[in-house]
Amino acid sequence: MSAQSSTSQTGEARGTGEILLKIDDLQVYYGAIAAVKGISLEVRQGEIVTLIGSNGAGKSTTLRTISGLIKPRQGSVTFAGKNVTTMSGHGIVEAGICHSPEGRRIFPRMTVDENLDMGAFLRNDKDGIAEDREHVLELFPRLRERIAQKAGTLSGGEQQMLAVARAMMGRPKLLLLDEPSMGLAPVLVDLIFDTIQTIRDQGTTILLVEQNALAALGIADYAYVLESGALKLQGSARRLAEDDEVTRAYLGG
Amino acid sequence: MSQATATVSVTAKRTPAETRALIIRGTSYVLLAVTALWILYKAFTQPADFFTVGFLGLKFGALYALVALGYTMVYGIIELINFSHGDLFMLATVVSGLIMVSWLARTDPTVTGFLVMIGALLVAMVLAGSVNTLAERVAYRRLRRAPKLAPLITAVGLSFIYQSVGIQMNGSGQRNWSTLLGDRSFSLGPVKVQWSVIVVLTVTIPLLLAMTYLINRTRQGKAMRATAQDQDAARLMGVDVDRTIAFTFALGGALAGAAGMLWLQSIGTTRYDLGFQLGLIAFTSAVLGGIGNLNGAVLGGFLIGIIQALNEAFLLGNAWSQTVVFTILIMVMVFKPEGLLGKPTTEKV
Repeated sequence: MSAQSSTSQTGEARGTGEILLKIDDLQVYYGAIAAVKGISLEVRQGEIVTLIGSNGAGKSTTLRTISGLIKPRQGSVTFAGKNVTTMSGHGIVEAGICHSPEGRRIFPRMTVDENLDMGAFLRNDKDGIAEDREHVLELFPRLRERIAQKAGTLSGGEQQMLAVARAMMGRPKLLLLDEPSMGLAPVLVDLIFDTIQTIRDQGTTILLVEQNALAALGIADYAYVLESGALKLQGSARRLAEDDEVTRAYLGG
Repeated sequence: MSQATATVSVTAKRTPAETRALIIRGTSYVLLAVTALWILYKAFTQPADFFTVGFLGLKFGALYALVALGYTMVYGIIELINFSHGDLFMLATVVSGLIMVSWLARTDPTVTGFLVMIGALLVAMVLAGSVNTLAERVAYRRLRRAPKLAPLITAVGLSFIYQSVGIQMNGSGQRNWSTLLGDRSFSLGPVKVQWSVIVVLTVTIPLLLAMTYLINRTRQGKAMRATAQDQDAARLMGVDVDRTIAFTFALGGALAGAAGMLWLQSIGTTRYDLGFQLGLIAFTSAVLGGIGNLNGAVLGGFLIGIIQALNEAFLLGNAWSQTVVFTILIMVMVFKPEGLLGKPTTEKV
């Protein structure tokens, strides 16, 4: 709670959707080094929430903790009313959180199709899987062209699309996207951000980590600004985009 | 930078380094061709001997392949060279001997004899698989985030432990065990085939087919392949990584167990340090095929088995067996470090 109170609130009232994800006073350490120092945040049903901040601010660590790849030293993660802090990674996926990680992390020696199949690893509903496969291939037609190709041979942009598509194959309630625009050509960045909006409009809630703060604020409903592991600011994305401090620090204005 | 100059110079003129590489490569190809021709020559002039020896090579090759798979699977999934794997195989030879000979006294090729053999095969597989899984659970799992040297030394330590157990059960010297088939053989025209070759192949081939099916077609196999390529990403897909790694150890151990029983029944002798030598050869097979690549391990195992047999019969003879095998290993490491089937994937950043 301490982090919450020290954060300056720039927001008007938040949307009234149901709270899907709630992080409370999260503290994560790598050895003796604190990467996340008491973050609290909320993601509501149907929102795109973005977590922005400079390199090493603790954005990816936060996502990795939500997914159960790292266990926090303190604090809790509640998803859809359930405490998932101590759950195993596969339990968390089963609960409905899918994560498109930083650096894409696709399976390089599997084909595009096999990668998509891995995204649906815990699912048994054949028809639903086929439907979702069709759906993501519609979202990313480039992947259809490359469907039988080994994923390691794709271009960076295609790998990014695959990483997002693969995460969607789990039919998540909450989609975690870590730097989906990293290293992409501007035209692809636009495409990815458009697609993220489409995904949300089709009913998936999204928590988006970005260094490209401007683009992220452009599509998000609500935003949190992280600085060296702590929350610095939060508010509606529109307000933050106009905030002087944010503009100076993160938007190069 | 050097990359750039190299590409440019191809169109212009070869650098001295490239010429040298070309000469070395050329010489090794010539050497390979001469060896191949010599073997072909033998195949035509002494066909009966050639095929007799070939079957012997298949037998050893199958055993190497089974053990090599355990090395390559564990390496593929956690990048550990499991030095104790060969000793696990040795324990399986001893246990099969104890079951078949000491406890049940089955040394004749009767129906019950073969049924007991199948039983011994299953026991050896389950036992070796369990011991390997236990080692993973109590030792390697705790060291997964430790520097690479720690699990490696642990494996060496386990190797000594297994050998000590082997001495306890099998004695400190070579011990001969009676087998069902002995060296009974049948004739295929002029070619003499040991029955034990048939036994080894009838067990090995279905096992290899089942493995291929398991890895490529089942959920568990998918989990293994994903974990081998990217552990964290596999976790994000919902794969239970700990269980998958444990399963891999169980599978590798079981194959070593099967190889142990087959070895005892087809060779009839074992010693506490058998696992060290055979383990090295099996490991060489895995490297030859491309470590981490399952088909490569099988290919490498059969290749080395056959080359060894041909060498002993037609080339340099028994005494040079190890030399030939490890020369092959060194040549592979120099000219094709990724192995025959291993492909260095280009992973874009």
